[in-house]
Amino acid sequence: MQPEPFTRLEAYSLVLPQSNIDTDQIIPARFLTTTSREGLGKGAFYDWRYTGDDVPKNATPFPVEGAGERKILVAGANFGCGSSREHAPWALLDYGFRAVISSDIADIFKSNALKNGLLPVEIDRTTHAKLMEQPGIRIVIDLERCLIETEHGLRAEFAVEPFARRCLLDGVDPLGHILAQESAIAAFEDAR
Amino acid sequence: MTDAARPRSLFDKLWDAHVVVPESEDSPAILFIDLHLVHEVTSPQAFAMLEERGLAVRRPDCTQATLDHSTPTLPAGADGRLPYATEAAEKQVRQLEENCARHGIDLLGLDDPRRGIVHVVGPELGLTQPGKTIVCGDSHTSTHGAFGALAFGIGTTEVGHVLATQCVLQRKPKSMRIDFEGELAPGVGAKDMALAMIAQIGADGGQGYAVEFAGPAVEALSMEGRMTLCNMAIEAGARVGMVAPDQTTFDYIEGRERAPQGEAWDAALERWRALPSDPGAAFDREVRVDAAAIRPMITFGVSPDAAAPAGGRAPIPATAGEREAADYMRFIPDRPFAEMAVNRVFIGSCTNSRLSDLREAAEVMRGRQVAKGITALVVPGSEAVRRAAEAEGLDTVFLESGAEWRLPGCSMCIAMNGDQGAPGDLVVSTSNRNFVGRQGKGVRTVLAGPATAAACAIAGRIVDPSDYLNGEAARAA
Repeated sequence: MQPEPFTRLEAYSLVLPQSNIDTDQIIPARFLTTTSREGLGKGAFYDWRYTGDDVPKNATPFPVEGAGERKILVAGANFGCGSSREHAPWALLDYGFRAVISSDIADIFKSNALKNGLLPVEIDRTTHAKLMEQPGIRIVIDLERCLIETEHGLRAEFAVEPFARRCLLDGVDPLGHILAQESAIAAFEDAR
Repeated sequence: MTDAARPRSLFDKLWDAHVVVPESEDSPAILFIDLHLVHEVTSPQAFAMLEERGLAVRRPDCTQATLDHSTPTLPAGADGRLPYATEAAEKQVRQLEENCARHGIDLLGLDDPRRGIVHVVGPELGLTQPGKTIVCGDSHTSTHGAFGALAFGIGTTEVGHVLATQCVLQRKPKSMRIDFEGELAPGVGAKDMALAMIAQIGADGGQGYAVEFAGPAVEALSMEGRMTLCNMAIEAGARVGMVAPDQTTFDYIEGRERAPQGEAWDAALERWRALPSDPGAAFDREVRVDAAAIRPMITFGVSPDAAAPAGGRAPIPATAGEREAADYMRFIPDRPFAEMAVNRVFIGSCTNSRLSDLREAAEVMRGRQVAKGITALVVPGSEAVRRAAEAEGLDTVFLESGAEWRLPGCSMCIAMNGDQGAPGDLVVSTSNRNFVGRQGKGVRTVLAGPATAAACAIAGRIVDPSDYLNGEAARAA
């Protein structure tokens, strides 16, 4: 399943200042007994959003109905650490996020996010610290130029692995890319 | 110096040997995968993707499936039905059975005497071997690096890629060597090494790196200890942890069901002996850990790098994050950990559920009673571990001490099969993650090695296990 192309996103931020937000926070393991990738938004940050019995918490940064216009999650360092569950980006996308900004995003989460059109944006610590102090501001993320800009004039460049960037901008299919190398794979197997 | 003569690390050799298409500025390398391990939680959507695109599994012969995450650890009831936590969990198990049958993949099914946790059964069957590339939709795949394999966790989309092509797209990570210098003190184990290492470099200290663990304390470890250490590499942020193969490795593998036999064994040994890092091989980062200074460790926070000696005191939080973690864990700053009462103990998981782990725990628990009010769960990593443990009477030791002896599975490590703590419980656990709510909503997890966890079960509070181990030694003498 190809994600929707991602070129430019203009949206508002939702800030989680905590560091080391792990994939068990993003979606608790009890939501993983599914054979589908649909509808996981209900489990996104579930224990931050609800008490045990589906009653929304009063003090939570997360709107009950979904991210709405706050499609950009700004989070503390080492975001997405922990398990390899791709349910984490699936849940964040289904809840309504399209991008995560941090100073440092865990490897497997980053790889999973890119494959699903949730843009992981790693920026310098100074700009990151400033973004964390300004929840709800308007941010433009430009994947063509690899640049973020805020309504108050903050700017930061970011790097995205070039192939993943091409997949998002041009709709290149990574599996198709590997399948196109069938003869090289067959030759590799024969040579062993 | 020509490129061929350049000293290469174990990691370089593993990488180079599996490149189908080299990486370029535009594209990652296409890397061939020798062994793909599959379990029920991270695979259904990948199989669905194959169906959608009309693709077959390219190499069922390089694919091994098992059931571990969603499976109950209690036996079937009077009605013959296993006590699944939810209908969804049972459906997930059925789905993997169907997918494996349809695509000709060998599955260690519910009744298979070889079934167990994916990172326990791969090595047990002899499928995990030096020089292989191994992936699984599970971050603790780093475990298999203990054999000198290049093993790492992948997401479900990549599980689909490997099913369809036997390859993954990968940029070569940077390399790090972590040297454990000196010898471990008696009663200190691989889990303590892992926690001390993570405390030193941080939960993201290994991010972007493939880590080789080396040094005398690593060489002295058993294969099971090396698996524990490599298992925890991901808790330092490193997808890959590995140890150079040596005689300990070869002795473990020889004669196992799927290990090479006869002439193929001799040929394999020759290849495997060439794998260790060449003298002078370059690493992007080198770290030294003083192994002799390591004491039995526990975690006191909600990230695995919040680790300290079990016999010590809770640190005084310095940052907002540390204060938040301390509030959640309810540790009292600057008070001895020993003042913390324990509610539950879990001995198991892909980190610490192998026979040597259970022996270590049993040594502490033999002839002693689990403290009043504490639930202690011992969950072997596989059916093979269960049989071996029962053959030497470890199940009796646990049961007589008041602990529960369960069927193999991931159980309380990920707590998605119904095995979990109650809100507020302090759980001392031999698993790998102390994240908020990981072992049940509101559960406070303290990570530790098997001897420490067992000693905590007996004491009913957090303790350094040394006294219990010495006591046992004295009794035996």
